[in-house]
Amino acid sequence: MSNAVSALNGKTATGPVTVQELGLTGMVTLRGDFEDEGFAAAVTQLTGLQIPDVRQFQTDGVKTVLWMSPDELLVVLPYAEVNAFVAGMNDALAGSHYLVANVSDARAIFRVSGDYAGEVLGKNAPVDFEASQFVAGMVRRSRVGQVAAAYWKLDDGSFRVVCFRSVAEYVFGLMATSAKAGAVGVY
Amino acid sequence: MSTRLANSGRLIDRSKPVEFKFNGKRFKGYEGDTLASALFANDQMMVGRSFKYHRPRGVVASGAEEPNALFNMGEGGRFEPNQRATTQEVFDGLTIRSQNHWPSLEFDIGAVNQLFARWLPAGFYYKMFIHPRPFWKHVYEPFIRQSAGLGQVPQEKDADTYEHFYYFCDVLVVGGGIAGLAAALKEGQAGKKVLLLEQTADFGGRAVVDGVEIDGKSAEAWVQETLAALNAMPNVTVRNRNMASGVYDHGYVLGYERLTDHLSDKSGPRHRLWRIRAGHIITATGAIERPLSFAGNDIPGVLLAAAVRDYVVNWGVSVGDRTVVVTNNDDAYRTAIVLKNAGLAVPAIIDARASGAGPIAAEAEKLGIRVLKGKAIAKVKGKTRVTGVKVCLQAGEGSVIEEIACDCVAMSGGWSPVVHLWSHCGGKLNWDEDLAMFRPDPSRAPTGADGKAFVSTVGSASGYLSTADVLKDAGLEVATNEVAAAPLEPVWLMPQGAGPKLRMKAWLDYQNDVKVSDVQLAAREGYESVEHTKRYTTLGMATDQGKLSNINGLAILSKSLDASIPNVGTTTFRPPYTPISLGAITGAARDELFQPIHKTPMFDWHDANGADWEPVGHWRRTYAYVRNGESVHDAVNREILNVRENVGTLDASTLGKIIVKGPDAGKFLDMLYTNMMSNLGVGKCRYGLMCNENGFLSDDGVVVRLAEDTWLCHTTTGGADRIHGWMEDWLQCEWWDWKVYTANVTEQFAQIAVAGPKARLLLEKLGGNMDLSKEGFPFMTYVEGKLGEFDARIFRISFSGELSYEVSVPASQGAALWAALQEAGKDLGVMPYGTEAMHILRAEKGFIMIGDETDGTIIPQDLNLQWAISKKKEDYLGKRAQERSFMASPDRWKLVGLETLDGSVIPDGSYVPAPGYNPNGQRNVQGRVTSTYYSPTLKRGIAMGLVKHGPDRMGEVIEFNREDGTMVKAKIVDPVFYDKDGEKQNV
Amino acid sequence: MLLLQCPYCGVNAEETELAAGGEAHLKRATVGDSDEAFEGYLFMRENKKGVHLERWRHAYGCGKWFLAARDTATLEVFGTYPAQTTEPPADVTENIRAKYPDWSWKETA
Ligand SMILES: [Zn+2]
Repeated sequence: MSNAVSALNGKTATGPVTVQELGLTGMVTLRGDFEDEGFAAAVTQLTGLQIPDVRQFQTDGVKTVLWMSPDELLVVLPYAEVNAFVAGMNDALAGSHYLVANVSDARAIFRVSGDYAGEVLGKNAPVDFEASQFVAGMVRRSRVGQVAAAYWKLDDGSFRVVCFRSVAEYVFGLMATSAKAGAVGVY
Repeated sequence: MSTRLANSGRLIDRSKPVEFKFNGKRFKGYEGDTLASALFANDQMMVGRSFKYHRPRGVVASGAEEPNALFNMGEGGRFEPNQRATTQEVFDGLTIRSQNHWPSLEFDIGAVNQLFARWLPAGFYYKMFIHPRPFWKHVYEPFIRQSAGLGQVPQEKDADTYEHFYYFCDVLVVGGGIAGLAAALKEGQAGKKVLLLEQTADFGGRAVVDGVEIDGKSAEAWVQETLAALNAMPNVTVRNRNMASGVYDHGYVLGYERLTDHLSDKSGPRHRLWRIRAGHIITATGAIERPLSFAGNDIPGVLLAAAVRDYVVNWGVSVGDRTVVVTNNDDAYRTAIVLKNAGLAVPAIIDARASGAGPIAAEAEKLGIRVLKGKAIAKVKGKTRVTGVKVCLQAGEGSVIEEIACDCVAMSGGWSPVVHLWSHCGGKLNWDEDLAMFRPDPSRAPTGADGKAFVSTVGSASGYLSTADVLKDAGLEVATNEVAAAPLEPVWLMPQGAGPKLRMKAWLDYQNDVKVSDVQLAAREGYESVEHTKRYTTLGMATDQGKLSNINGLAILSKSLDASIPNVGTTTFRPPYTPISLGAITGAARDELFQPIHKTPMFDWHDANGADWEPVGHWRRTYAYVRNGESVHDAVNREILNVRENVGTLDASTLGKIIVKGPDAGKFLDMLYTNMMSNLGVGKCRYGLMCNENGFLSDDGVVVRLAEDTWLCHTTTGGADRIHGWMEDWLQCEWWDWKVYTANVTEQFAQIAVAGPKARLLLEKLGGNMDLSKEGFPFMTYVEGKLGEFDARIFRISFSGELSYEVSVPASQGAALWAALQEAGKDLGVMPYGTEAMHILRAEKGFIMIGDETDGTIIPQDLNLQWAISKKKEDYLGKRAQERSFMASPDRWKLVGLETLDGSVIPDGSYVPAPGYNPNGQRNVQGRVTSTYYSPTLKRGIAMGLVKHGPDRMGEVIEFNREDGTMVKAKIVDPVFYDKDGEKQNV
Repeated sequence: MLLLQCPYCGVNAEETELAAGGEAHLKRATVGDSDEAFEGYLFMRENKKGVHLERWRHAYGCGKWFLAARDTATLEVFGTYPAQTTEPPADVTENIRAKYPDWSWKETA
């Protein structure tokens, strides 16, 4: 649908640490029993990735599977592939107990990158973002300021931040303000 | 004369002069000066006036404990009162003004208060309450108003920015003196992740001032080497100008970092509040010197002995040319020696101890300083600055032996460990008789999540006063050049037998003007608890929180009560250690970032089209779309009539949407809703009610069955998170073997109500592949497909009583769909409508609203909603509660419609009085209004209300009260005012 | 400010990431139960100075409810455990008894 827009339509604050809303991004919530072979097989079949360990994620650079809770995964993938993915999941899991929901439009996703990206996030979340503590491959759900958020860190040192769509402007504003305020100089 | 010395001053850079303004006058200082040292350098002895008596006040201390030297600092958006001169570094362009005086510091009218000191004793504020009212109005209140507060309130918005920062470490060391440095080194070498915080700009604490040699090198060199070693460790972080202001449960500490307070360049955040979580906290916070209580100890020029030496050594300023040292311990002798070595005069050391000092006395005498043993100060001479002291016997009552001319008095009453951080979370103290101080008791430390101590103290904070002992406490055995000290002798009043006249001039709390006589009076009047005495006298309640006064006041109280000091106990230590800025606490949360505003995908359109905003939960919803020249009320009426006549669109995206799926989902929803949901047909919608276990209504909304095992539950705006949490609570904690998954998909969809006789026409204009006809798409069902180019799910439900569709599309398409509807509906007369129109439309139809007709005490039966309660179900949440006798009582107030006889609108919140009064003397009542509006459709006031036996009283006229005392008559009617047969919504 | 470890995701969450839910291990009384039983379920709550078993939700995290055994006076935490149980697990009980040898839960006392 040509009129579709993400929460902030790719808004970016550029600087030593850059905060960028990533535009339309596919996101799917998957709930099921991780121990169930059928569920695990369906995840691997449709993503090519294994179910990640607790508070970890798996990625092939295009699709990412994130551990959200003991019975919930978040799959991040290209926006155009979401409907097919959801349909494929429904086919693969038909008859079993599971839930799949397209949440692409319910969320906003940001990339936070640059020298002191971890410190920028550390200004607004009660989370240890020090490089040796928050390593690539890790996921952490917490808050950003006063709203819920999930964080994960990629191999290139950049972070992804996901929040609800309705508060995208608040979250962007908070992170951009923190980035502009400069480094703390400790990690 | 206080002045800048030719040499010395280890912290100032004489090559970098700075200029600042004090009360409009230009003063000069150097980089590295504090405001206090720079004022001394400019011979500005008097810095302010006291709170109650407006007595002249000078600087007393050299650090965070300073009670007097508080200033209005900065201009405009950077104006801030009560800034402490001893901790504020000077910079080029700094402006300060003294406070608490009028019209000027030198000539202050308020100073007449001290003439009336007799009538302003301890408990003054309490005693005033006893007096008759006229006294309040004409005497006390004007007085209090005039003297209330120290500095002025800022008038402009704060021009600076602030931020927070979360930090995690194994060990937090507080204090960058030698104890803290040694402790940090030890922990760092053990591989721990260490954070060291120092509140001032530089490191080393007292040891560097006192010039102690540590293992043959100067303390200064030792400090620099240790700092270099710490900075070289990747696992150690050292921050200066960062004060640990409070210790909280489970190792949480706030660090107050001052980033630009010392700079001319104010760019970047001013303060950063560190929100630290430490595995262990070591407080190396040192000790604070105590004043001595003698008459005139508040006159400018009377300072703590160590402060006098700090000013010489650190900043190269002398407080006076002739300094009399008065002490009960050896440490103050160092001050005399430093002064003498700096070429200044020390006419005498007045030592209260009959036996005098240890070997250091000989050192002082060798320099030609006269040492008087067993002597005391009877009285300090001078008004706005010291001119001399009268000497007497400490053992006596104050008969003057001799007078000594001087312009500075350096006093020392011993030292008190800084135990604030230790005590914030419950660390206990022991009274050490020999050192006359409260020391932390390591066996009664604050305990953390694991039940073990999470705070420990080191160095002077533990009560060790010599460099060797301090470092030993930190785990370092070193040799120093210190000489053995003779024991201190506690001196709480000077002379010990001082009479009432002297006691009335012996100050304990400089800022709040509490004297020895006040505490003694409190004791005589029966105040035995130290916490009560504190509040009665205001001792220790000023902005310095009694850092100098508490122990002295306690000792006076214990003597007056004939109790030991440990039996009297201390007051509670509470954060912050020194005041921190409100900006730091706020952090980035101001303006747009003050509170997250939840916005729907159509927010921008509403904003650009006259939206009058209404907060609903955290959402912003449009109350009405106000056109040019229109009042909000006009707009609401126009929107309602347009829905009734043409078609309107409402942004309903804020409604909660929760997917409930699984083999047990039907069973689960039957428990959650009062209605039966398991038998709802696929493709159908049903209005449902949710109650809590008290039986009270908690939420309502339309439930849709999407598939055999999948339901979509709509909740009220702002109810989504709560109801989703409620569902998860029952699934996780009660029925954890039920196979149900939920997902809150509220924000995945933009939802638009299209309501009005022309609603179908409008949707059909957009085209698509769905049958929207009356027959093909019946009331209370839904369809899915393309609406024009949009991916839509349409529910045929109505909250307005009109033909109505709720169109749900992915949120990314919401703004486009909204615009398309406005465009396509132009010739149909489409108008957007807001929440107020929505409220009135539903009230005209007698539909209830959660939060209007309900208030947390209303059961469905009160609202005649029995039709929505399944009788087939054995159980649902709230069912048992509704069986209780009080809930089943026929006397409960029930919902009715109300029509005013004169057509006016019953005021919000009106009650129906009943005869008589209740046991509290309040008028009895028999009903109240819950929703009340002007109905433009009916052109009259309509309302719903809860009335005792209401449904049985149809046609009866009852009276509602108005705020002005008059009554409005209303007839009890059916709550459905409009289209009683529901023909309009079913076309 | 408390720190509690979520037993589901292992996060040592601070209080701002959690939502408190009151006393743990309540037994639901409902239709068919006496007024006294229902009153006990609805209103009667422990208000201990000392060991307390309570409900917490990792609200700004994995969203799961868990239970905690905590000393309300000293804030010592004896353990956190999943909510899908009707009584405190043995290891938590052991931790409590290490501190308070005479402690027993009201339901098993
Ligand atoms: Zn968790």
